[in-house]
Amino acid sequence: MRLEAKRLGFGYPGKPVGRDVDLAIGAGEVVCLLGPNGSGKTTLFKTLLGLLPAQGGEVSIDGRRLADLARAEVARRVAYVPQAHAAHFPYTVLDMVVMGRTAHLGPFARPGPRDHGAAMAALETLGIADLAGADYTRISGGQRQLGLIARALAQAAPLIVMDEPTASLDFGNQALVLREVRALATQGYGIVLSTHDPDHAFACGTEVALLHDGGLVAHGPPAAVLTPARLAAVYGVPVFVERLASGHTVCAPDLGARAV
Amino acid sequence: MSLADALRAVWNRLSGEIPPAETTLDTVLFFVRLPRVAAAMLVGGALAAAGAAYQGLFRNPLVSPDILGVSAGAGLGAVLGIFLSLPVLGIQLLAFVIGLGTVGLVLLVAASVRGREPVLVLVLAGVVVGALAGSVISLLKVLADPYDQLPAITFWLLGSLAAIKLEDLTTTVPVAALGLVPLALLRWRINVLSLGDEEARALGINAARLRMVVIAAATLMTASVVAIAGIIGWVGLIMPHMARMLVGPNFDRLLPAAIMLGAGYLLLVDTLARTIAAVETPIGILTAFVGAPVFLWLLARSRHGWA
Repeated sequence: MRLEAKRLGFGYPGKPVGRDVDLAIGAGEVVCLLGPNGSGKTTLFKTLLGLLPAQGGEVSIDGRRLADLARAEVARRVAYVPQAHAAHFPYTVLDMVVMGRTAHLGPFARPGPRDHGAAMAALETLGIADLAGADYTRISGGQRQLGLIARALAQAAPLIVMDEPTASLDFGNQALVLREVRALATQGYGIVLSTHDPDHAFACGTEVALLHDGGLVAHGPPAAVLTPARLAAVYGVPVFVERLASGHTVCAPDLGARAV
Repeated sequence: MSLADALRAVWNRLSGEIPPAETTLDTVLFFVRLPRVAAAMLVGGALAAAGAAYQGLFRNPLVSPDILGVSAGAGLGAVLGIFLSLPVLGIQLLAFVIGLGTVGLVLLVAASVRGREPVLVLVLAGVVVGALAGSVISLLKVLADPYDQLPAITFWLLGSLAAIKLEDLTTTVPVAALGLVPLALLRWRINVLSLGDEEARALGINAARLRMVVIAAATLMTASVVAIAGIIGWVGLIMPHMARMLVGPNFDRLLPAAIMLGAGYLLLVDTLARTIAAVETPIGILTAFVGAPVFLWLLARSRHGWA
């Protein structure tokens, strides 16, 4: 399954945010979308999901225009992991994850044992099965984020769009989420995620798309796209990109030498 | 009448044994008491179901038919119906149409005010539109026939089950059921809708359409009972809360729990209304007397999350 955006314009009527974006996500790929605050990452994602109408160009899944598919048909193909939020009602984590089954249920149907099984399996995959009965509003931000990823897994869509899955997570939880993203790609999921940290692209991205001034300024493998010059141009600060002896590549802003 | 007499009369009816002549007991039991008991449960259950649906829909545990202006709008429709001397079904229809119009107006106002706390705007819009409906009701009261219509309107506005007749039930039950069926069928999906439009759509729901269906169904339920019982406040706000405390927020279980609590609560309060004083107390006064303090209590603890 392949999600494709062609010359996609996104934003709101009378208030365009970006245009001419070409992007494709297929099985086993992890596309990391990088871009400064306000560059329109969330708006682009919502357009990719058909939650906002395209302001130009088109989005298609396996050649079928997204606009021609019913919401349930889209949901069986692409899952959305929004930024972790506090729910308004204290659903249990399991209730929340079971809602991922919506697109597989008829309009008057209620989730049955199979759906609960799928939800529990998703929780187990992410190692949070013990939270099934917990109150979703009272768990930590990192646990909520994992819960939302579990919901996307229960949705059983081959493609997953994640809006800043590491935002507001501590260092350890960020690593946990990135590891899951990598594991899911190995299992064949196609994932597109946005992040503020170029390191994340090196850690789990098969491709990077750099969004700046309403368009993709670069698109390709992390090592080719994330050059110090490009990062400096996009973020407005000088940046080091260094390969460590361990084989990892990391980025750091160049704040000038500091006397120790 | 004693309990034994009443039970014997019910048994006779059920076994198809029609007494040769209708006794006073029969008349009181089957045309006054039982319709009233049924009406109390119907009204309480319907208001609680509608309240639970509105709360899930607007992702706000503080909304209810009263606060969204539905009760006031449906009330205005019903008063207009009394003013025009319409039959019960006509009163219900007017109550529904104007009730729905009121929700629409409240949502329109809330949607046009941007950049502020949306919940606050929604509640304020409901209060303001409700006040508008109230002023039109007052106008109708001034214009109404002071000997015939005005007492009916006034007593009805206080909310009362005293004037319920068997015929009222036969028209109201089908209308209320028409509202309940979609809510019952869609009750699990209302959970998904309570996550907000974007998430609901991403999960595969046509959120705009589902919301319209739920609003229409909940408003129909409210209007159908407001038309026979007047404005009985607070039930639609407090009972869903109590139900949520008992069974949690999952609408699958919340809806039946809210209906049962609402039905039981209003039956209890109506019994109090009949017996608490020598003159019957309008039930709306009692529900407000209980409901308002409970609402304040909920407001005070709301920062700790909704039970």
